[in-house]
Amino acid sequence: MSRWRPDADRARLDDRLLVVAARVSAAASAGIVLLIGGFLLVESLPALRALGVAPFAGMSWHPTGGTDGGQFGLMPMLVGTLAAGGGAVALATPLALLAAVVCVFLAPPRIALLLGRVIELLAGIPSVVYGFWGLVVLVPLIRRLEPPGPSLLAGILVLALMILPTLALAADAALRAVPRELLTAASALGLSRTTTLVGVALPAARSGLWTGLLLGVGRALGETMAVLMVCGNVVQVPGTVFDPVRTLTANIALEMAYALDLHRAALFVSGLVLALLVTVLVLAAQATTAGSEAHP
Amino acid sequence: MPSLPRPGLPFLLRSLAVAALTLLTACAGEAPDAAPSKLVITGSSTIAPVISDIARRFESEHPGTRVDVQTGGSSRGLADVRQGLADLGMVSRAPKDGEDDLQWHALARDGLALIVHADNPASALREEQVRAIFTGAIDTWAQLGDELSTFDEPITVVSKAEGRSTLEVFLDHFELTAPEIAADVIIGDNQQGIKTVVGNPYAIAYVSIGTAEFEASQGTPIQLLDLGTITASTDAVRRGDYPIARTLHLVTADEPEGLALTLLDYARSAAVADLIEGQFFVPLAP
Repeated sequence: MSRWRPDADRARLDDRLLVVAARVSAAASAGIVLLIGGFLLVESLPALRALGVAPFAGMSWHPTGGTDGGQFGLMPMLVGTLAAGGGAVALATPLALLAAVVCVFLAPPRIALLLGRVIELLAGIPSVVYGFWGLVVLVPLIRRLEPPGPSLLAGILVLALMILPTLALAADAALRAVPRELLTAASALGLSRTTTLVGVALPAARSGLWTGLLLGVGRALGETMAVLMVCGNVVQVPGTVFDPVRTLTANIALEMAYALDLHRAALFVSGLVLALLVTVLVLAAQATTAGSEAHP
Repeated sequence: MPSLPRPGLPFLLRSLAVAALTLLTACAGEAPDAAPSKLVITGSSTIAPVISDIARRFESEHPGTRVDVQTGGSSRGLADVRQGLADLGMVSRAPKDGEDDLQWHALARDGLALIVHADNPASALREEQVRAIFTGAIDTWAQLGDELSTFDEPITVVSKAEGRSTLEVFLDHFELTAPEIAADVIIGDNQQGIKTVVGNPYAIAYVSIGTAEFEASQGTPIQLLDLGTITASTDAVRRGDYPIARTLHLVTADEPEGLALTLLDYARSAAVADLIEGQFFVPLAP
């Protein structure tokens, strides 16, 4: 007869609890994503059934318009979302990468620590604060340059500022995870700092950098309040960066409170399109990272 | 493997007990009201928020009553009252021909003001000028008359997103449709409109007159434009002098009585004027 060992029993029970809890959490996370997708689909169904898919590819959006039942073109807003998000990512990525490089490799430890803390602080500022700053400072500045002021440019700048810390923190973490041996080997080979960075550190950190970029893109596409405040929200394909645009998220936030019936369902279609857009980007990014890991 | 710290069983038991007690008291609280008096109000999504506020206060002052507020548009309010599905209907416009089978009770007025920056030299616009500005036929301030000839700046037209009641009032009054509006900026709520105008001396926007008047009195650098010779103010809206406004109504099938009458009188009394102003409408009780 074995000796009674309460500690061992307890540890086994703990193990089992942990496994069960982890499984439940994982299933719940996956389930929530599926439920959200299902919910979006169910809520958009009335519009999709009544109108089909074609009207949503149209160029004009007048959901409450008169006797012909309105126009539901989402194309200008899809363009607006991609332009604002893409512009912000293009602007913020090099800045974030350089900031991370400085933090990890170039700055003296104390300054690097300080810089890191400031960037973390930046990441914690709520988006509505950026939006408010954009509205009262940035937009009037742009108006002086080229009226009316609320514009794609204002959206790109505010979004770039917002995703900069996300990108920088992710890049920082990815660069710190580069094995020290690689860097030591590079310096033993007598490589210059630039060559070490560009030829060794960045490629080694590529997977982490991609993940960070994806987070940034996701945040830029999904951001609502700040964009709503500075973009002008006119439904049109922008001709220049000084033209106002409306993003898919801003469309939902602007109109959901008062939308009824078909209009409401059409707003859920906006959400569905946005969800699909993000899904496609995630899949594309996964394919890219998978490829880059296969052939390093 | 080192064992992780676990929440003790007593903690779980305690939370369960608290939850159970909460449920029990919730049930007990409802039990004595064997016949709770209940009102159903349906209709306009413009009026629903303010009626919900009023209903909440009404319920707390008349324990045991329940007021159920649902939206679905003015037409639903009319239909539900006619079919007896609702005790009161919310209708955000004046009665049309053939609707006098119902009793109409004015609740509040919903007016909007045209606003510009305080530094903008304009002080009044005529109806046709407003229409020309918002359709893009006129796009600089200097085109609006001799007194503005030195203010040769582009007009930034600020309009509201579709579905907003202010947009409806504006379109109704100026006999425009949403696609005709040539907006440079589209906003959601009134505050966003005011901030946009504050940040842009060339902008013109329309917002709820209650909000505009309040902000102007608080020193926000905006001014309310007169419409022709009519001064824009909540007083003028209340008197019915200022034309860009509509009356928000509650309708009943018959002469209201009982709880419906009590609520109706309450909703139209000075006791809830703060709630009506809180939703940027103009109360009729002075």
